Amino acid sequence: MNSKTSVSNWGNYPHIQADFKPWPLPVNPPKIARGMGRCYGDSALAENIVDTRSLNHFLDFDSNSGLLTVQAGVTFDEILQVFVPRGWFLPVTPGTRFVTAGGALASDVHGKNHHKDGSFSDHVVWFELHTASGQNLRCSRSENAELFYLSLGGMGLTGIILSLAFYLKPIETAFIRQHTVRCENLDDTMAGLESYGNWTNSVAWLDCMAGGKAFGRSILMLGESAKLPELSPKQAQNPLKIHSTKGIPFPIDMPSFTLNRFTVQAFNQVYFHKHPKGSQDSVVHYEPFYYPLDKVLGWNRIYGKRGFTQYQLVIPHQDARKGLQEVLELLAKRRMSSFLTVLKIFGEQPENYLRFPKAGFTLTLDFGISSSLWPFLNELDQVVEQYGGRLYLTKDVRMSADFLRRTYPMAHRFIDKLKELDPEGSFRSLQSERLALHS
Amino acid sequence: MKKNILIVGANSDVAQSLARLRAENGHNLWLTGRSLEALEPIVSDLRVRCQVEALPFIYDAESTVPEDLLLALPGLPDEVHVAFGYLGNPNGIDQASEASRIMTVNFTAAVLLMNSLMHSFIQAKKQAVMVGISSVAGDRGRKSNFLYGSAKAGFSAYLDGLRNFGYAHGIHVVTLKPGFIRSKMTAGLPLPGPLTATPQQVAKAIEKAVRKRKGRVYVLPIWQAIMLVIRTIPDFIFKKMNL
Repeated sequence: MNSKTSVSNWGNYPHIQADFKPWPLPVNPPKIARGMGRCYGDSALAENIVDTRSLNHFLDFDSNSGLLTVQAGVTFDEILQVFVPRGWFLPVTPGTRFVTAGGALASDVHGKNHHKDGSFSDHVVWFELHTASGQNLRCSRSENAELFYLSLGGMGLTGIILSLAFYLKPIETAFIRQHTVRCENLDDTMAGLESYGNWTNSVAWLDCMAGGKAFGRSILMLGESAKLPELSPKQAQNPLKIHSTKGIPFPIDMPSFTLNRFTVQAFNQVYFHKHPKGSQDSVVHYEPFYYPLDKVLGWNRIYGKRGFTQYQLVIPHQDARKGLQEVLELLAKRRMSSFLTVLKIFGEQPENYLRFPKAGFTLTLDFGISSSLWPFLNELDQVVEQYGGRLYLTKDVRMSADFLRRTYPMAHRFIDKLKELDPEGSFRSLQSERLALHS
Repeated sequence: MKKNILIVGANSDVAQSLARLRAENGHNLWLTGRSLEALEPIVSDLRVRCQVEALPFIYDAESTVPEDLLLALPGLPDEVHVAFGYLGNPNGIDQASEASRIMTVNFTAAVLLMNSLMHSFIQAKKQAVMVGISSVAGDRGRKSNFLYGSAKAGFSAYLDGLRNFGYAHGIHVVTLKPGFIRSKMTAGLPLPGPLTATPQQVAKAIEKAVRKRKGRVYVLPIWQAIMLVIRTIPDFIFKKMNL
């Protein structure tokens, strides 16, 4: 029974051998909870892992308020399957529905509506936490409040989240009224994101390879939950249709050179020009709008066996223009390419321990793992820090302990409180060790 | 028609998959387990997910008298699944209590409960379906788990007889023989993929057996072939084998 399991998260890097057991089987500390493993790097990886997918029960739903209580291993995919037909949707969703509710809380996930609705944690009313002392504690903004706030975006370091309650939001249809705008350069892109800030959902797909006058060009996608009269007759036949539960499996690990500057440039060129100048309106299902990549199961294999990482940064508004320009210029200068580059606006969010979002622009880049990547990301770090930015822990696989402390003003307090609550450091991940969060 | 379905031993992964599948079909579920606390999330899940009636009941194969369970139920169920079992320690021949527990749970308790239910169905003139989850381990005793296997062999023989007995009363009995199942009972064990069913596959096999009024059912057809081979090996060879 003690055979080790080979495990890695979505980035396929790093790979480790772990003792991997489903909750509630006993697992020796130090350990870490892991759900769907959709974080990209070394969060939720440790020698001893508690698999929370066995916590897969729905516990309660109040159809008046929309308050849903689930065990922590229930996935967003399941929630949509059950509740979309009844006219409810997730309050916040990341770009994949293959995450657990517990993971969404521990990673404090955000979506295209952050500037309007905040991140997932903002919709959570309470959760039950299995702590280092073996107690199961109910935590909310009024009960065990300190543990509550520490655990939002706390990367599972305060304990194992067993269940949680959060509000779903009512929808009239499962469709999205989409407005697409082609932005011809970085100024255009940033101004677009700002001026369309009254839309609930907004995100820009950015062509990081374009230079000259087209530097920073993008396709800006805006969306609003569609009302019944807005649907086409065909859509209106099943207005609360759920997503397709069948995906196309990605067949093989592609060779690591599949995504290089030339293929990415070619793809970007085609994708950008697929959108006509100006803007377009359409009504689309939530699946292609929120989860375009979920359709291809295992799309991470396009990066090959070496794996990949995402680098997600946020830079506050005042220096965002300068910061983003420097980041993108550095990319070109170092001849690096990012296949999927996404820019969006974060709304105001009070500083809270390790929670990532803060008002400003957030840029996501992804890179295949290679030896030249690490020095390059260190260079990017300097730009990010210079402009008051920071990086998202759920994507991170390599930031330094010092960098975290310099860019997260509450990191020290997180470390101190964690030590107070759990002197032994019972819950640890490779990431928390790397970031020296138990010292 | 909306049925009331009783699953005795509802905590296992197979039973939970079965309950989910039957709730998705719109039926009400009555679930039993040894602790209400453990059943609570399971019944809540069925209520929230499938919007059916789901009720928890205490039943402990080693201590509950079948009549007590029947009294606690809101009425007679339309469909019964006896899904509890105890694998036990395969090397438990020097532990009388272990051997006794294996016999009690897998055979005696299952038989007494199904007797009691059959009797009630006949008295009420109710046409019901009863499913007993036995095991391929009962097809021939092997040294690796013959205590469990012999109890299941007895249970399989009992189910054959009960099916024969119930026929005249319009009561159908299914004998289900799963092979390896990927579940929390076998988490971490190296199981051979092609021979291992998921709890969802087992649940579907049960639903199909009930719908089509099948008698004996192997979840994966390959197990029928494997057990045929195992049964036909002459004993003078079999006794020397490591199975």
